[in-house]
Amino acid sequence: MNIPKDLKYTKDHEWIRKEEDLIYVGITEYAQNSMGDVVFIELPEVGDTVVKGDAFGVVESVKAVSDIYAPLSGTVKKINEKILDYPEKVNKDPYGSWMMAIESSDLSQWDILLDAEAYEKLCEEED
Amino acid sequence: MNRKLIFEKSIKGRKGYALPECDVPAQAIEDIIPKEYIRIEEPELPEVGEVDTVRHFTLLSGLNYGVDNGLYPLGSCTMKYNPKINEDVSRLDGFTGVHPDLPDSAVQGCLELLYKMDLFLSEITGMERISLQPAAGAHGELAGLMMMKAFHQYHGEGHRNKIIVPDSAHGTNPASAAMVGYEVIEVKTDSRGNVDLSELKKMMSGGIAGIMLTNPSTLGLFEENICEITDIIHKAGGLVYYDGANLNAIMGITRPGDMGFDIVHLNLHKTFSTPHGGGGPGSGPVGVKKDLVPFLPVPLIQYKDGQYIRDYDRPLSIGRVRSYFGNFSVIVKAYAYILTMGAEGLRHASETAVLNANYLMHKLKKNYELPYDRTCMHEFVLSGRHQKDIGITVLDIAKRMMDYGIHPPTVYFPLKVKEAMMFEPTETESLETIDEAAEILMRIAAEAEENPELLKEAPHRTPVARLDEVRAVREPVLKWHAKNKEK
Amino acid sequence: MNRYISNTEEQRERMLKEIGFDSPDMLFKDIPEDIRLNRSLMLPGPLTEMELSCHMKRLAGKNIESGGYSCFLGAGAYDHYIPSVIAHILNRSEFYTSYTPYQPEISQGTLQAIFEFQTMICELTGMDVANASVYDGATAMAEAANMACKITRKEKVVVMRTVNPQYRKTLKAYAGFKGYEILEADYQEGTTNLSDLESLLSAETAAVIVQNPNFFGSLEEVAKIADLKAKYQVLLIICVDPVSLGLFKTPEEQGADIVVGEGQALGNPMSFGGPYLGFFAAKDKYLRQMPGRIVGQTVDRNGEPGFTLTMQTREQHIRREKAASNICSNQALNALAATVYLTLMGKQGLREAAYQSLQKAHYGYNKLIETDCFRPGFTKPFFKEFTVRSEIPLDRLNHDLLKEGIIGGYALEKDYPELKGFWLVAVTEKRTKGEIDELAEKVVEIR
Repeated sequence: MNIPKDLKYTKDHEWIRKEEDLIYVGITEYAQNSMGDVVFIELPEVGDTVVKGDAFGVVESVKAVSDIYAPLSGTVKKINEKILDYPEKVNKDPYGSWMMAIESSDLSQWDILLDAEAYEKLCEEED
Repeated sequence: MNRKLIFEKSIKGRKGYALPECDVPAQAIEDIIPKEYIRIEEPELPEVGEVDTVRHFTLLSGLNYGVDNGLYPLGSCTMKYNPKINEDVSRLDGFTGVHPDLPDSAVQGCLELLYKMDLFLSEITGMERISLQPAAGAHGELAGLMMMKAFHQYHGEGHRNKIIVPDSAHGTNPASAAMVGYEVIEVKTDSRGNVDLSELKKMMSGGIAGIMLTNPSTLGLFEENICEITDIIHKAGGLVYYDGANLNAIMGITRPGDMGFDIVHLNLHKTFSTPHGGGGPGSGPVGVKKDLVPFLPVPLIQYKDGQYIRDYDRPLSIGRVRSYFGNFSVIVKAYAYILTMGAEGLRHASETAVLNANYLMHKLKKNYELPYDRTCMHEFVLSGRHQKDIGITVLDIAKRMMDYGIHPPTVYFPLKVKEAMMFEPTETESLETIDEAAEILMRIAAEAEENPELLKEAPHRTPVARLDEVRAVREPVLKWHAKNKEK
Repeated sequence: MNRYISNTEEQRERMLKEIGFDSPDMLFKDIPEDIRLNRSLMLPGPLTEMELSCHMKRLAGKNIESGGYSCFLGAGAYDHYIPSVIAHILNRSEFYTSYTPYQPEISQGTLQAIFEFQTMICELTGMDVANASVYDGATAMAEAANMACKITRKEKVVVMRTVNPQYRKTLKAYAGFKGYEILEADYQEGTTNLSDLESLLSAETAAVIVQNPNFFGSLEEVAKIADLKAKYQVLLIICVDPVSLGLFKTPEEQGADIVVGEGQALGNPMSFGGPYLGFFAAKDKYLRQMPGRIVGQTVDRNGEPGFTLTMQTREQHIRREKAASNICSNQALNALAATVYLTLMGKQGLREAAYQSLQKAHYGYNKLIETDCFRPGFTKPFFKEFTVRSEIPLDRLNHDLLKEGIIGGYALEKDYPELKGFWLVAVTEKRTKGEIDELAEKVVEIR
């Protein structure tokens, strides 16, 4: 399974990347794999505030619905319009399919995210 | 296979009906209806003859598989045989031709039937009174939860807004709870498939409205601690709701009322043999213990001075959950079934349903993982985990069963069992049919190892092959477009 | 031994032995002793088929059924013509003994029929998408109100008092327990009082519900109601009589966002109130908030066309407490009856049924007024149902008519205390001139 070393992760199978001042969030290879073909994605609007641990969006396959949870608190700065129209991108390239970018209001939350190694262990346990 | 839609068989000017000539003096429409109300563009309904219509729908019926075609072991759906005499009696003119707003004196037969059905079902479940108004199981749940909420409100406990459902519950349970504004809390089941009592105790607080349980559970297991559970909930001031989806296991053996349940819904289209109709109509009567009777939907049918009457004078009632009195024709069929079976017949049905399930489970556990190795009730859950390890999903197994001419079990439910397959053979299946099904499933288990592609590409012998459900969602085509006709 | 249970005593013993049990009681060993019934249920029976048949015929014989009468009673359930073909199709057991089409490869018959049903409902109403049915007209309306509150995130719904009282009662139960508010707009001369309606609207209103033709049979000024939509940002829910759509403008043209209605009149007998079917259609953009099952067309792995249930993530078995509705079983077989009905009647037949109902109702209205036993009730344009004000007490009138083989109209006072003496009369295409003339004659005799 592909778990890039340079990303951070959550136990809810989201990946997080810091780029300049923004935090990009998507779902992992493991998540898209267990979902199956993604057919619909619902995301917040730019300007919304999200709270760590709360659901900010929804990913749907034909027979499953999964909430996506905010890894950090902050304000939504960008959303990825492209994956709304082409949700299958999430299956093909999960780490290239960021969903939203937030400006974090509390960067101290960054430190409690999982690193690749810890996340890999978690996936193994869940299997 | 190229099947035309009925619209594609339309020939301009063709007719499949005849009405007598309009024999009253006709007025010009525009003299009686203002012009702005008149339709200009006609609806694109088909123009076909009677023969075309009969052939079209007869062809469609042949693409279906029903209980009359063979084994239909869908877990939690109780696909038992639907007796033909029940169809006949439900279609008597004296039932189908009755307008629901006729006065009580003109519908004594209908009211008597509804009243007696209340008595029968109350006896079978151990409840005080039953309303036959709900149209389906989920509708019964909704009515039941409305009564639960009304009961708490009446007793000044309107703050109770949390309802507990086990992780193995039907989706309708949490969905119905949400429709009455309840917050759903999930309680886990333990390794024996029972509700985790210690976790349940921790959940008790002043905010608990009640718990919804299916017993036997959707794992096909009898909840061994049922009396402790009802006790815990009652002590916390909550009510206990019985989802009757699995009543077919216990008729005449034990009753929800005696287990401590306060509210019960039944599915006449499961336990009481009325056909599922390709998805409905069902019937979901809801019954209650004495303290909750005032909250039942109106009207309640009563027997007074030698007459059956519709009683609307019930100030604490939740009101209505639909128009009229229920899916009456469905209730007629269930009534006929109960009379045909009698008390001993119903008990015998449950006993046989449980025996059939245990027998099939026993046969299949060598080839498929059995996550809860206990005596099951009328259904049991297997896991296709071992098959998954070699790349075969439960869906593949289900599709392959179709090639052998039997209907698959319920798959991927309950959610808490991975690669779940839930079998409910019902009492109306014979030993030979069950043996044959067991053989087929053993053969499929062997095929999974020897020729996995056979399963992955299944079904091979059905009117269509496996359908692209992803495309159905990504590019939804939800109706036929008239413009297609021009092409 | 019961004839629906095949296994013989010998087979049962063989099966018990195979699973290692000595007696059938062992099957129930997980059931605690103190909750066992340990007695027989107190139920009548068992009856043989012959005995049952006699008993059921006796019960049915205690009812007055419309076949031997001329029926002028409507108020939500109508005596329209039902072609014989429908019962024959519904009697095909591949249709009626199958389950919900969750396994599409062996359910193409049901699925295609639902797809055709959805198309027909869209054609009739002018809407973009329709579902596979809900329980009845009343629950269709309640579901529509739920959906409108979800879409708009607002918690007030205004319903006209001219909407079927049973539907309003259902709506109030659904809304009350869910936690949103229902306000009722009064009527004037048989249709909605627009200024009263507007006084109830605010920025918090999610939707306005109007029935057209309304419970009194009168045509509502829907265009004027629709004009209020933009100002208050509300959705318009229109409840329609599907037969009327053979003749009348579609609710879509009148500004509907959601269209609901009772489909009984489409080939389903009155059956003492059920089973009927609710139909439910909406604009495309609300598809994801719609309740109930929806069938879509797709292709199989060989590229051949086929049908399947789709957009299922809206539904309870997947989304659980966040589902659009709790509905699972619907009224599939009744929707099939409606599909066969609309197929047979087709474009011309539905129009003719509507046309004849309209003409005969107007003839009946004039006839009754000519008797001098009635004054006009409401005088707004109407379709197949109308009101007259009776000089004769309605209980007596209906009672005496019944003795003459006529099922009289509906006393509106039951639901509207202010409408004393108002008689709601329904005339469908099934009524003949002779029957209508006889009604008028008998009324004069009864007076």
